[in-house]
Amino acid sequence: MVTDPLSLQLAADLFPNGISRYAVGGLLVGLGVAVIYLGTGISAGASTFLESTLSYVSEKSRFQRYVSSRDWRIVFTLGIVLGAAIFAATFQSGVVSSSLYQPGTTGQLYEVGGVTLWTTDVQPWRLLVGGVFVGIGTRVGKGCTSGHGVCGVGSASKTSIIGVLTFLAVAIVTAQLVAALGVSP
Amino acid sequence: MAERHPLFMPLVLVGGLIFGFGLGFSHMARPDVVLDFLQFEDFGLVFVMFGGSALVGVTYFLAPRLLGRALLTGDTFDRRLKSFDRNVLIGGGIFGVGWGLSGICPGAAYASLGVGNVTILWAIAGMFAGAYLQGYWRS
Repeated sequence: MVTDPLSLQLAADLFPNGISRYAVGGLLVGLGVAVIYLGTGISAGASTFLESTLSYVSEKSRFQRYVSSRDWRIVFTLGIVLGAAIFAATFQSGVVSSSLYQPGTTGQLYEVGGVTLWTTDVQPWRLLVGGVFVGIGTRVGKGCTSGHGVCGVGSASKTSIIGVLTFLAVAIVTAQLVAALGVSP
Repeated sequence: MAERHPLFMPLVLVGGLIFGFGLGFSHMARPDVVLDFLQFEDFGLVFVMFGGSALVGVTYFLAPRLLGRALLTGDTFDRRLKSFDRNVLIGGGIFGVGWGLSGICPGAAYASLGVGNVTILWAIAGMFAGAYLQGYWRS
């Protein structure tokens, strides 16, 4: 246990919102992957959904290769949206609370029908342009933060570990540059 | 495609629900919090990735030893191993630029919609456009 004041101050600087919501949330993300894996042997990543869903509207071979998995990938993605909505209706709305959950101060909260919802302060152009890069990069690079970052790292895959280190390093440099240019948020 | 087990889709849905709830709980559905990590203001994200991959790592290790085959499909338990080539570096670099600019990644973007963030539709539209562009070029 960290008890001396200096270490406590350092922990508060590095983790101003504590670590429990991150660790518990991460374990739940892993549990979702594990549940699907135990039943089906499938390592479910989030980004193949983009291409598999495009197979409904495009005949391109890059998308058609995912035809056999496109139906369950839609169900998986709907599950992610609904799971996050359940979080919104419980912890985010303050209906349920826990010492492991620390509410945040980012973005804007608003109410719809008794449920507390949240929107980002990040500017739409950053989301749109960043989204295009994410969409290209995740498919060319064979995985995203869930495929490489959770499933691949969990598999001790060298490819995934290199992929994660690459996008992590580039993302840190990019975010710091954008912030240094005075773009906020 | 062969007949699927009747519980296949319900299981995928439950897995997605837990996954999405976890992204909400960890605040990864908030691009603002991801950007705080990338700008070294809150290192919590490390625990999300570590917690998730550790639990998955234990599952990948134990499942083939304790269960043998997948419960619903009878498929073999394989680890997620992708071949390495320069695309991993190029794609990872492009992904990094996008992640650093926006603070969003695919799974977190879907979850962000679930917590009420309608603005994230810009990012989801962008991701589909990007995925389409690379598929168009590479087909």
